Amino acid sequence: MEPGVLVELSHAGRRENGQWLVRDVSLSIERGEIVTLIGPNGSGKSTTVKLALGIHRATSGSVQRARGLKVGYVPQSLAIDRSLPMTVWRLIRTSGEKNEDAIKEALAAAGIAHLGHADVHSLSGGEFQRALIARAIARAPDLLVLDEPVQGVDFSGEIALYELIASLRDRIGCAILLVSHDLHVVMAKTDRVLCLNGHVCCEGEPQSVSVSPEYRALFGPRGAETLAIYEHHHDHDHGLDGGVERLVHRPDGVGAHAHD
Amino acid sequence: MIDPLFLQAILGGCGIALVAAPLGSVMVWRRLAYFGDTLSHSALLGIALSLVTGLFLTAAVFLTAVVVALTLNGLRRMEQVSSDALLGLLSHASLAIGLVVIALIPSARVDLFAFLFGDILSIDQTDLWIIGVGGAAVFAILAVIWRSLLLATLDRALAEAEGVRPGLVEAIYTVLLALVIATAIKLVGALLITALLIIPAVTARSLARTPERMVFLAMLFGIAAVIVGLSASYLIDIPSGPSIVVAAFIGFSVVFFYQLLLRRD
Repeated sequence: MEPGVLVELSHAGRRENGQWLVRDVSLSIERGEIVTLIGPNGSGKSTTVKLALGIHRATSGSVQRARGLKVGYVPQSLAIDRSLPMTVWRLIRTSGEKNEDAIKEALAAAGIAHLGHADVHSLSGGEFQRALIARAIARAPDLLVLDEPVQGVDFSGEIALYELIASLRDRIGCAILLVSHDLHVVMAKTDRVLCLNGHVCCEGEPQSVSVSPEYRALFGPRGAETLAIYEHHHDHDHGLDGGVERLVHRPDGVGAHAHD
Repeated sequence: MIDPLFLQAILGGCGIALVAAPLGSVMVWRRLAYFGDTLSHSALLGIALSLVTGLFLTAAVFLTAVVVALTLNGLRRMEQVSSDALLGLLSHASLAIGLVVIALIPSARVDLFAFLFGDILSIDQTDLWIIGVGGAAVFAILAVIWRSLLLATLDRALAEAEGVRPGLVEAIYTVLLALVIATAIKLVGALLITALLIIPAVTARSLARTPERMVFLAMLFGIAAVIVGLSASYLIDIPSGPSIVVAAFIGFSVVFFYQLLLRRD
């Protein structure tokens, strides 16, 4: 692996019970880079993430990780059983980070400095995701991996969360691997988008992917129309609930997204 | 003058309550109550094994519980049978086989009732040593795997991503559980061990805000149930297992209604 590369998949694939979940994925993530995986349900996004993290072993191809790579992981749909008492602070400490200042800093970076002593079962969807993000960044990771981080978060909270994620690269200097379940929100700050459908069907900068014929073939003309690429202007503030006081976004002529 | 046999039982019971608290809390968090039931029912099979082979009782029960747990993990890969049904199958099969074997041994004059529901007078000094040394070992191992176990309980993928092997910590937990069941069987009996693991933990849940606090409170509730239950067992001559479980249940009820009253205000 070249220096600066954190994770490298080359022609990696995963087969379970005689079926390929994903195959022939080549992807490398460099220090400080933001890479987004998009694709329909069952297209192998989570499998690709698990290959990259070493949770699954590759059935074909190879996966390499930089030596001593520290990963902060925010898994898809983590649900803490209500029988398990847990405060946000204690949740962050399960990362192995015990230093109080580091935990406080992670809470502040995730925008929930005031929620350290809150019960995780009382948090809203957006607050809970922020708590998981705070947990992931408490260990000062080289690579932050977020698997569908905006699930169960309302629309305005979604935009605020994407803004937060983009800001983390500058704040911590980590690379980010993001899985996006909704096709119409891809961050403009993403350096590269990989569009998956059992294999990599197209990749590149967000703008170029959105107009590529493969992308249109996969999601249909309507899917392509609803792809909105947000330009983030930092001239507005977010409420603590993730609400946006004054949001400026430009759908960049790719059509308006659905406000639902 | 307090009967030394009674003191021995109290001491042993408190030791068991202490180790039962963390294992019982994990059982509640991971929804393993039925799994625990299956392991403790298999204890009867262990007793039968001990009677047939002359193997030391605690060791026989421990070995049987470990074997049943491993079988269960192996069979879980069978996809046509839900793991719930599988637990029901093994739980009752091991209980029934144990009962049949014990009934078939003509020479053994076994007080079956004592094995099913516990007997305060059965605790001897050897048992106290086993509880002391075994309990210390359980705590030492738990201290090492606690963060990993908690992480695997939160989310298996999260644990794996951070270098924890969930399968390994779960296997270790199961062995510790088998050990506690083996040491508790004389006092509480095969049918009621799970109650001693679960009721104090459930009682502690509503009063705790962190996992460790819940474990600590479960220790207190467990010890209180053992002391009250064994005293009643000794004074009015009732089997010690049910007596301890009733005491634990009363503790749960008091906390439950207290919380209910608080919420209404």
